[in-house]
Amino acid sequence: MTVTHLERRGSTPLERLQLLLHRRPTISPLVVLIVASAVFGLASDRFLQPSNLSLILQQVAVIALLAVGQTIIVLTAGIDLSVGAMMILVALVMGAFGGPLGWNGIVVVLLGLMLGGLAGGLNAFLVVRIRLPPFIATLGTLNIFVALALILSGGRSTPGTDLDPFLTWTATAFAIGDFRLTMGVVLVLLVYLVVGFALSQTAWGRHIYATGDDEPAAHLTGIRTRRVLTSAYVLAGVICGLAAWALIGRVGAATPNSAVDANLDSITAVVIGGTSLFGGRGRLAGTLLGALIVGVFRNGLALMRVDVIYQTLAIGVLILLAVSLDQWIRKGRSAS
Amino acid sequence: MTLQTDPTTMASAAASGASTPAGGRAPLIEARGIAKAYGAVVALDGVDLDLYPGEVLALIGDNGAGKSTFIKCLTGAVIPDTGTIKVDGQEVRIRRPQDARDAGIETVYQQLSLSPALDIATNLFLGREIRRPGFRGSVLRMLDVPAMRREAREKVQDLGITTLQDITQAVETLSGGQRQAVAVARAVAFGSKAVILDEPTAALGVRESRHVMDMVTQLRARGLGVILISHDMQNVFEHADRIQIMRLGRRAGVVSPRTHTMQQTIAVMTGAATLDADGRVVPSDEAPSGATS
Repeated sequence: MTVTHLERRGSTPLERLQLLLHRRPTISPLVVLIVASAVFGLASDRFLQPSNLSLILQQVAVIALLAVGQTIIVLTAGIDLSVGAMMILVALVMGAFGGPLGWNGIVVVLLGLMLGGLAGGLNAFLVVRIRLPPFIATLGTLNIFVALALILSGGRSTPGTDLDPFLTWTATAFAIGDFRLTMGVVLVLLVYLVVGFALSQTAWGRHIYATGDDEPAAHLTGIRTRRVLTSAYVLAGVICGLAAWALIGRVGAATPNSAVDANLDSITAVVIGGTSLFGGRGRLAGTLLGALIVGVFRNGLALMRVDVIYQTLAIGVLILLAVSLDQWIRKGRSAS
Repeated sequence: MTLQTDPTTMASAAASGASTPAGGRAPLIEARGIAKAYGAVVALDGVDLDLYPGEVLALIGDNGAGKSTFIKCLTGAVIPDTGTIKVDGQEVRIRRPQDARDAGIETVYQQLSLSPALDIATNLFLGREIRRPGFRGSVLRMLDVPAMRREAREKVQDLGITTLQDITQAVETLSGGQRQAVAVARAVAFGSKAVILDEPTAALGVRESRHVMDMVTQLRARGLGVILISHDMQNVFEHADRIQIMRLGRRAGVVSPRTHTMQQTIAVMTGAATLDADGRVVPSDEAPSGATS
C-alpha cells in the first residue's frame, strides 16, 4: 500500500507554519501562554510561585467553565451571549433554595443543573425552532435571565454561611505540595476532560464539528443537525449550572453582583484559544489555554502594578491578534 | 477504458413512452405523483419514476424543470407535499436524509455534502461512525478511528480512486475533483440499492469524469440502480439505459438511447416535440423554447 502525502501547496517556512497551525490549533495559544508566563516570571519574583499559580487557577475557574459551554456553541458556528446570565440565574436560585428555604444541598445542585439545562433549552428552541440567529436569540435571553434572577431573588445575596455546606463545597481547598487547589478547580478539570473526550472521541463530537462547518451539508449527510444544535445549547446550559456552583464557592455567596463580565470573558477565552467564530474549527484544550492566558495576563500585569485599564487593553490586543491569526490560517488552507 | 454495456439490461428496450426494461423485474424505486410547491410556485406537479436494479436511468431537463427538487424528494432533503415512494415494493416515508440512507439510497449532491474541516475518512463515515468494540464503544461511545481509516482506505482503493492518497487529509485541502471523488466514493461505498448522482462530472476534468462514469458502470454491474442527472447529453447517451425527460415539473416522457436520437430527446426536453402514447416523437404546437447547448 502506497500512502504518500500529496504535494502540499507552498513550501516556504511561512506556509509550512500556516499548515502546522491549521493542523494543530492549540499550538499558538500554548506558545502565548508559555511566553507570557516566562516574561511575567522574569518581571516579578512572585509570579511563578506556587501560591500565585494556584491563585490564577482559582481566579480563572468560573470563566474556564463557562468557556466550555461557549466553545461547544461556537463550534456549531453560533455564539451564546447568555452564559453569564444563565450562571447568575442558577446561582441565585440555588442560593434561595439552599439558603432561606433550607433545601438539601445535593438536591439544590441537581435542581440548578436542571434549571441550567432548561435555560439552554430555551436558547435551543429560539435558535433551532424559531430560527433566530444565535446572537439575537441569546441577546434576548441574556436580558430575560438577568431580569428573572433579580425578580426571583429580589436583588438580595445569600451569604455562604447561610447556605447548605454542599453549595460552598467547591471552595474546599486542599494542598498538593506547595499548590493549594480547590474542589472548584478539580471540577473545572473534570468538565474539560469529559467534554473534551466527547468532542474529540465520539460521533456526537464529530457531528458538532460537521454541523458548525457546513450545516446544510451535514444535514444532507444524514446528520440530524437540529438535534445536534439542541444538544449543544442544552449542554451549555447545564455547564453554566456547574459554573454557578463554582461561582458560589469562589465568591462565598450567591449574589447578583458577581461575574458581570463573565459573558464576554468566556468568549475571549474561546477566541484566544484558537476556536474559529465561523464554526467547525478549534479544540477544547485551546479554550482552557485561552482562559489561562487571560488569567495570567491579568495576574501578571497586576503584580507588575499595571493599572487594570491597561490589563483590559492588553486583553483587547490579544483578542484581535488571535482572530487575525485565525483568519490568516483559514485563508491559507481553504484556497484550492 | 472501454464502455461496458450489460447485455442483459435493456436488450429490447421498449419503445413506448413509459418504456420499461425487459424481464419484467420489479422496480427498485417506484415514485408516484410526487408534487412540491413553494408558495404559488409549483416545482413538481405529480412526477413518477421507476428505477430498476442494474440500470442507469438518466434524468434530464432544462434548468428549472424540477430535476434537483425531484431527487431531493427521493433523498429526504425535501419533503414532498404529496406522492408515494416505494423501495423494493415497500412504501417508505423519507422525511430526512437518514431515512433514504437507511433504505439503501445514497446520493451525491451537486453542492457536495462534505464537511471541509474534517478529514476524508471522517467524511466517508459521517453519520455512520464505527464505535470501538466493548465497553469503550458501548458505554463511552468512543469512535474507532483506526478502523474507520483502515476501511476508508480500503474503500477508496477498491474503487480505484488514485487521487485520494492521504485519508487523514482535511477535505478543504483537496481540489474540486478530489472532493467530488470523496463524495462519489462515499455514495458508491455505502449505497446498497441505489445511488443518485446530481451532475457528478460538472466540476471534473476529462480523466476524472471518465473515472466517475466507470464507477457508475461498476454500480450497474453490481445490480444497483443509478439515477444520473446530467446536462452532458453525450455522457447521458453513452451511459444511460433509459432517459427520463423532465419538463416544467412533470415527466415529459421516458426514452431509450437505442430508440431515440439525441435531437429527438432534446426536442422533447425543450418542448419542441412531445412523446405520444407509443413513444413516437411528434412536433408540438407549442413554439420551441430555444435550442439547448
